[in-house]
Amino acid sequence: MSTSTPFKVIGTRPIRHDGVDKVTGRAVYGADVYLPGMVHGRLLRSPVAHARIKSIDTSAAEALPGVEAVATSADLPDPGDRIAELGEGAINVRHLSSNCLARGKVLYKGQPVAAVAAVSPHVAEEALKLIKVEYETLPVVIDVRAAMQDGAPLLHDDLRTESLGKPGDKPSNIAKHFQFQKGEIEQGFKEAAVTVEREFHTATVHQGYIEPHNATAQWNADGTVTLWCSTQGSFSVRAQVGELLGIPISRIRVVPQEIGGGFGGKIRVYLEPVAVVLARKAGRPVKVVMSRADVFEGTGPTPGSYIKVKMAADASGRLTAAQAYMAYEAGAFPGSPVNMGAMCVFACYDIPHVLVDGYDVVVNKPATSAYRAPGATNAAFATETVIDEICEKLKIDPLDFRLKNGAKEGTRRADGPVFPRIGMIETVEVAQKHPHYKQVLQTNGQHKRGRGVASGFWFNCGLKSSATASVNADGSVSLVEGSTDIGGSRTSIAMQLAEALGIRAEDVRPIVADTDSVPYCDVTGGSRVTFATGWAAYEAAQDIKRQMVQRAATIWGVPADQVVYEDGTIRSTSDPAKKLTFAELAAKLHATGGTIVGRASVDPTGVGGGLATHIVDVEVDTDTGKVTILRYTAVQDVGKAIHPSYVEGQIQGGAVQGIGWALNEEYIYNDKGEMTNASFLDYRMPTCLDLPMIEPVLVEVANPGHPYGVRGVGEVPIVPPPAAIANAIYRAIGVRMQTLPMSPGRIVKALHNGNGKS
Amino acid sequence: MSKKVHITATINGRETEFLCEPRQSLLEVLRDELRLTGTKEGCNNGNCGACNVMLEGRLVNSCLVLGVEVQGKEVTTIEGVASKDGLHPLQQKFLENAALQCGICTPGFIVAAKALIEQKPKANEQQIRHYLAGNLCRCTGYDKIVRAVQDAAKECAGKAK
Repeated sequence: MSTSTPFKVIGTRPIRHDGVDKVTGRAVYGADVYLPGMVHGRLLRSPVAHARIKSIDTSAAEALPGVEAVATSADLPDPGDRIAELGEGAINVRHLSSNCLARGKVLYKGQPVAAVAAVSPHVAEEALKLIKVEYETLPVVIDVRAAMQDGAPLLHDDLRTESLGKPGDKPSNIAKHFQFQKGEIEQGFKEAAVTVEREFHTATVHQGYIEPHNATAQWNADGTVTLWCSTQGSFSVRAQVGELLGIPISRIRVVPQEIGGGFGGKIRVYLEPVAVVLARKAGRPVKVVMSRADVFEGTGPTPGSYIKVKMAADASGRLTAAQAYMAYEAGAFPGSPVNMGAMCVFACYDIPHVLVDGYDVVVNKPATSAYRAPGATNAAFATETVIDEICEKLKIDPLDFRLKNGAKEGTRRADGPVFPRIGMIETVEVAQKHPHYKQVLQTNGQHKRGRGVASGFWFNCGLKSSATASVNADGSVSLVEGSTDIGGSRTSIAMQLAEALGIRAEDVRPIVADTDSVPYCDVTGGSRVTFATGWAAYEAAQDIKRQMVQRAATIWGVPADQVVYEDGTIRSTSDPAKKLTFAELAAKLHATGGTIVGRASVDPTGVGGGLATHIVDVEVDTDTGKVTILRYTAVQDVGKAIHPSYVEGQIQGGAVQGIGWALNEEYIYNDKGEMTNASFLDYRMPTCLDLPMIEPVLVEVANPGHPYGVRGVGEVPIVPPPAAIANAIYRAIGVRMQTLPMSPGRIVKALHNGNGKS
Repeated sequence: MSKKVHITATINGRETEFLCEPRQSLLEVLRDELRLTGTKEGCNNGNCGACNVMLEGRLVNSCLVLGVEVQGKEVTTIEGVASKDGLHPLQQKFLENAALQCGICTPGFIVAAKALIEQKPKANEQQIRHYLAGNLCRCTGYDKIVRAVQDAAKECAGKAK
């Protein structure tokens, strides 16, 4: 389809279909589920970061009046040692099981060891206090580089480093070492006029969704299970629960409720299998909800990391070589997103010689999970800071440098793929012309000001989606899809169906259905929903159109090839009098052979990568070290903005999460490996008082791989902020920050030391 | 298990009776006993504002108030913001501005913003940001929320004239 076609629905801003429910408090989120006879589950969590569990005595808890069931890992089937494909890549089932209820050892503070169901949450909490767990504490390692040393405390006796595809010969905390290579790295450094090498550290941070994890389970008398929960992927929950509990997936129905934020953190199961076990033992439905401290201590943060980047350019300002050493903390179990970080670390640029070494390392912290462009933000902090320093040395404007070196169609990434049409250069051109970049920044006494820029890349995903759409007699369409709606995706999917059918967005009624009511659909993640589920809706519309053409032909008694569907109207090419609007034909369906259902199942290739360039002005108070964001502009190639308001919202929200990551957010640990700031008061996410308006600039470089040019927009906005802010801080105070977060204490220290290393 | 107390309060304009344990928070009572689940739990310690309600005309975090404390008092929750005639201007402006993504913080923001524009109909951007600093949103970056509140304040001021 030509993108010059004027759209009627795409690009408009209809009110979201689920909006009224969400502004009136009527929308039902996971914790809002109440079932007859339901009791409340709570989990006992390890108070120590590393220990062998010697014994668990639950007898006193079981004897407490009001307690309906107590569970430990003994109630989960022995998972054996196997890897299963569970919706978001392969997962080691034993690790996943131990992360739900610890088996043998605890590997981080907050890991669940037992669970109770009782008539009220308070009774359940009282019962937890009666469970006696005997721990043999072990030495703790929470820093990625310390964990890589010989002689470091080992988390897993059986973990051996898989290095460049070969298994290691002795136990190690390094789960994996891999390499991406392009060209001859030494050759690239030889050709350089300027080389910059720097080390970077980033802290563990959390997705910070406002809704805590929750799950409500009902074990039915026939051995079937129903689960109501807050998840990014109902089918993934079904697969994980089935695998962990040995239940066939056909016997599990997952009913996804409205989800109060996820950002990647609500894909892995935590509570769901435990709720099922408790419900089976109690003989009653059980609802389990996490506390905020549970969320911080027990669910997937994104990794802390150590990254060393060395980049080089020739005298004309062309990049010749780039090398990265990336070590990411996986947390308690292997599986950090270091591979994704390594795919993205140099992806914004066309560099002839590249070498990337990645290390996935276990430490005594919660098992990390996806967080918006997983791994890429850590990597961009390093790369984009080093690029800024190269620009400074070569006296080249950082945006000019990006124009010269930016990746474009045909550029090969070090991890293999060759870019199709992407918009890196366009984002830089638009940023350069933006009034923000031209405005002169004045300094203000002890409040030093500076401007920084940075770019970012996220590859985005396709994956499998399905949709069914039935035509109603009043000319509306009921659209059933399986992508849980985190940020308005029902509407962006419905708009693609409406556009294809030539009807209004308001005439589509989208619902997100349970796993028995909609065909298979992969997770809401990888910025894929508007792309792939939108595509399924588009294909379902084509199916409807074909059938409506056929039906009109039957009604008119003409061959189907003499009927066309155009712009929401079905007409005969042979007789201009034979013409029906979509609604008119819809009204005739029942009397002419029955209703029409469109259906589609897609697994699209043609994913378009996301690229962004951000500009930020900061003010640094040199007395207190506080950094204030004065102005923020986020330019992004969005492919085609289906609903521009929600595209802007993704950019604004992602940028602000990046600002939080840059300036304040971190898991603060004591030397026992205990997180000491597990609350929203002490884990400091941005409030509206910390921020200015965030200006999103949408650049539309259509993705040729999608019928409407859609490319994922949700993740890349979090990637540039820490580097852009670090570069702005450098312009303000002359110190390059190399550690995240760039909190007031670190800024003061950097000013004192003259460097930003710690 | 502790003994339950009989409480009578005016909730969203209606006299309401319920039984609650002395240790139950108002948030728990609203959700678990009265099934007014529009009021959300985000942190249960007063840091996120998702459970904001009005208590005797004052904005409070309902997780920090005990259920027994509302005896004889007036409570308004998100369910009491829209009227029979339709949405409150704030609710309408949240929709028009796309000021929500996941929507979990939205009830708290609307209750808090309503308290603000009733007190300070002409609040400027900085005052709005200051007043709403007790409400966390992780999806939107607040931009569209602040704009929705500005628009609603304008509309309310227009109606008042």
